[in-house]
Amino acid sequence: MWTRSLFSPKTDIDKGTYVTLSLISVAVILALWCLLTYGGITPRDFLAAPHEVVQAGIKRMANMSLFEHMWASLVVILSGFILASIFAVPIGILMGSFRAVQALIEPITGFMRYIPVSALIPLLILWIGIGIEQKIMVIFLGTFFQQLILISDVSARISKDLIDCAYTLGADRRRVVTRVLVPACMPGVMDNLRVTMGWAWTYLVVAELVAADTGLGYMILNAMRGLFTDVILLGVFTIGILGLITDFFFKWARRRLLPWSADF
Amino acid sequence: MSMLSLRDITVRFEPKGKPPVLALDDVSLDVANDTFSVIVGPSGCGKSTLLRLVAGLETPTSGRLELDGQPINGPSADRGMVFQSYTLFPWLTVRENVMFGPKLKGLSKSECEDIADDLIKAVHLDGFEKSYPKELSGGMRQRVALARALANDPRILLMDEPFGALDSQTRQMMQELLLDVWQSRRKTVLFITHDIDEAIFLGDEVHVMSARPGLIKQSLDISIERPRHIDALTSPEFMDYKRTILSLMHDEAIKAEDAANQRKSA
Repeated sequence: MWTRSLFSPKTDIDKGTYVTLSLISVAVILALWCLLTYGGITPRDFLAAPHEVVQAGIKRMANMSLFEHMWASLVVILSGFILASIFAVPIGILMGSFRAVQALIEPITGFMRYIPVSALIPLLILWIGIGIEQKIMVIFLGTFFQQLILISDVSARISKDLIDCAYTLGADRRRVVTRVLVPACMPGVMDNLRVTMGWAWTYLVVAELVAADTGLGYMILNAMRGLFTDVILLGVFTIGILGLITDFFFKWARRRLLPWSADF
Repeated sequence: MSMLSLRDITVRFEPKGKPPVLALDDVSLDVANDTFSVIVGPSGCGKSTLLRLVAGLETPTSGRLELDGQPINGPSADRGMVFQSYTLFPWLTVRENVMFGPKLKGLSKSECEDIADDLIKAVHLDGFEKSYPKELSGGMRQRVALARALANDPRILLMDEPFGALDSQTRQMMQELLLDVWQSRRKTVLFITHDIDEAIFLGDEVHVMSARPGLIKQSLDISIERPRHIDALTSPEFMDYKRTILSLMHDEAIKAEDAANQRKSA
């Protein structure tokens, strides 16, 4: 039938086809990589070969240094992200539903969200030094303002009828917020935490730009000096995999914590 | 004795950059204890505004609203409301939704559960106590919403086109179920609809509203015998009522249409 083919929009395909297509895209990239390196098209200090990246990985896992870098980065990312979320979720929910809070906060967030975090690094060094606090602060600043705006949107979209309905059932203002507005926001909050967690990972290298002696971002920057492209790629892959794991964690947590919520 | 009384209610909306709209113009209405009153009117006639005033969700520009002689001042559990949109709390199960009001009142858990299970049975949803709203059809959701509004044992039940989003078979079924529940629990109901059949089938009295300015054009007592069943819809007396209301509403629809066109061309 003409309406049911791979090329008709919004049509489901069977799982086998889906998996096959996904594998093909990964295989094409790998094949291209092999062709460029083993085919001698690019020099090794331009692009390391797959087996070199694997060897670099094995070596750094054997002496545990890869895990140390991972741990250092995770501490920075998670601290910054959790700190941002603790503030952004409640403030964002209030901002989306109370015009007064919106009026107070919006000028600042509207401005801050366009400032590249890297532009603030000199000030951060001046104000809080070059320790782990500075790195956590980079992640915080990179995610907080984005979270605030996304979560305020979630809160603003909660149906007014739901709120009105709670009033007619005898809820006062405080309970309308705690028992209706907050739970109603939770699916949207979880979705946006998941999205901003992804963004937090993208700030990792920026966070470890200054005075780091450990961490995946540091590992990559350090490898750059010696053109160790195998270590650079190892760092890139590790970040990607850790990012995927956190993403899966959020998907799992949403399903687990919010089983009542309709859409994923 | 009239328990709900609206006197000279006027509501004027003043949207920014647009001419003011007279949503309700000097409306007076009395609803007696235990009666089923229906307000029928074209869309935009201010009938929802009227209901929201009684619920306490809006305040009139001028006029007086009283329930049992007490002025209405903000929303309260003694005026339960069923909305047209689905307003079940999606994070609560059917039973928890129905328990929402009693729990706010501070009743004990077992009291809340008794009230909820009783009402869930009354709306024929026993077996779905632990389901989440996302698992229910539109008609089932509105039945839970009805049970939830009744759980507070309100003085008056306000219904704002509660079956408007349902298909016509489900709607018919819901109307009969609503009458059953009303018959057995004797509640004062104020029901809003634009569906003339629904108004006559349900109401003890039907108030026909006109649009722009919104006012009550005529009130009719519906003396079709209760309990009413689906055959009432085709009885001669039903048809007589329908003819009367149709002609009232027909003039109104034309007027509303003209007014809308004038606004557009202005």
